[in-house]
Amino acid sequence: MSTVEIKDLHKSFGSLEVLKGIDFTVETGQVVCVIGPSGSGKSTLLRCVNLLEQPTSGRVVVEGIELTDPDVDIDAARRRLGMVFQQFNLFPHLTVVRNIMIAQERVLKRKRAEAERIARENLEKVGLLEKADAYPAQLSGGQQQRVAIARALAMNPTLMLFDEPTSALDPELVGDVLGVMRQLAEDGMTMLVVTHEMAFAREVADRVVFMDQGVIVEDGPPQQVIGDPQHERTREFLRRVLHPGD
Amino acid sequence: MNSVSEQEAALPAKGGLSPRKRQQIGRGAQYAVLVVVVVALVAIADWEQIRQNFLNGDVAAKGLPDLFTVALKNTVIYTVCGYLLGFVLGLPLALMRLSQVAPYRWIATGYIEIFRGLPALVIFLMIINLPIAFPGFEVPGEVYGQAALGLGLVSAAYMAETFRAGLQAVPKGQMEAARSLGMPHLRAMVSIIIPQAVRIVIPPLTNQLVLLFKDSSLVLFLGLTAGQVELAKFGNDQASTYASPTPIFVAGVTYLLITIPLGYVARRLEARQGAGR
Repeated sequence: MSTVEIKDLHKSFGSLEVLKGIDFTVETGQVVCVIGPSGSGKSTLLRCVNLLEQPTSGRVVVEGIELTDPDVDIDAARRRLGMVFQQFNLFPHLTVVRNIMIAQERVLKRKRAEAERIARENLEKVGLLEKADAYPAQLSGGQQQRVAIARALAMNPTLMLFDEPTSALDPELVGDVLGVMRQLAEDGMTMLVVTHEMAFAREVADRVVFMDQGVIVEDGPPQQVIGDPQHERTREFLRRVLHPGD
Repeated sequence: MNSVSEQEAALPAKGGLSPRKRQQIGRGAQYAVLVVVVVALVAIADWEQIRQNFLNGDVAAKGLPDLFTVALKNTVIYTVCGYLLGFVLGLPLALMRLSQVAPYRWIATGYIEIFRGLPALVIFLMIINLPIAFPGFEVPGEVYGQAALGLGLVSAAYMAETFRAGLQAVPKGQMEAARSLGMPHLRAMVSIIIPQAVRIVIPPLTNQLVLLFKDSSLVLFLGLTAGQVELAKFGNDQASTYASPTPIFVAGVTYLLITIPLGYVARRLEARQGAGR
């Protein structure tokens, strides 16, 4: 069964059409990486999956629930979708452990002790248990992003969305975050990842989607899309990303 | 502008004077003006009269301990009550101002424009006349209630604008993160956005407290009994009793005892916040 099904998705900001008819699916347990130049609409696509952006037209179906149906309880649906942002977006007024507890308590109505136990389990998973009582401002970017991943995981999502999770990080901090994501993929999490990390996409993704100018240009296994791209636009993009000096 | 003056500084001096020399002369002129004004004031002032009238220790002593136990105490009560009411009204007004529902925005905007545009004194005079419009109506708590109402209505308008700025200063990603965790809009506001906004506006709200502390002197227009008297009226009453302006001077100093440390605290909070971001 597919976790995500997107049909003929269009999104415009004013007169600017960012997504021009997207069709694609993510099968349960798959890791799909979306690559493409900036402005290609890949982040908008991701944000349409949990309706942070309201699609202009088209259907978004997650686990059989049509999110684009106006009658659907979007808050209930979002609980099953973890989202990790480029800018981490941790809550700066709460400690790390409270960051991970607050939605569990307020949204899932878990008891405080249970929420804390789950928070600590997930912190351990991302290797930051010793930072439980720190505030986000006391952490490095890479640590903040790993806490953000733990925060999303604590809600027991069936799908994790990553919006350029390493783009705001210093190069030496990228590896830790990618390591956590790689572990997640090995554990069988369904993941949709917008990224510029080609090595990660090649190694971890089951499928790579190349987007340009609001359409999907190429969609297939990484050996094909990155290793042997069929379209000139894909080849041109990969040339610039993989050999930026040329 | 900076780069222009730097460029000029790098050029050879025009008219024989280097920019540094001109700066020195300008500063010297400012000192000269200062000295002239101070000397003139010292020469004109009647120091003996000032000492006898404004710094009369005997008269000042007669105001104790009521200066603190009655007057300052009442000033603090009026201020704090007005401030709390302003806070309780101001936050919802700010939320209404940012609401998706247009009539809420209109109401909040109208309120803010009116109560920021009116002198606090006019509002106190209106409160006195409220029973004409609503026969039999009395503000609960007598003068204390009226004072809290008057000061609260005014400060709510200012606080609403402060809160609005604070709410808008919370990054958009915070709401997105909260919503993506499944929080409904209201829950995200209460648990995530408002706590951050309140932290952001603590320094300006402290300044607001200083302003309100001074505005509390307008309470005297409500007609105060001896037990309800606040600093400004206390000073004025004593001044006429003892035919000396010393009590007014003393009241002024008492205001400063509160306002200067509070202002200092606000600046410290501001600096700390600036460093933390």
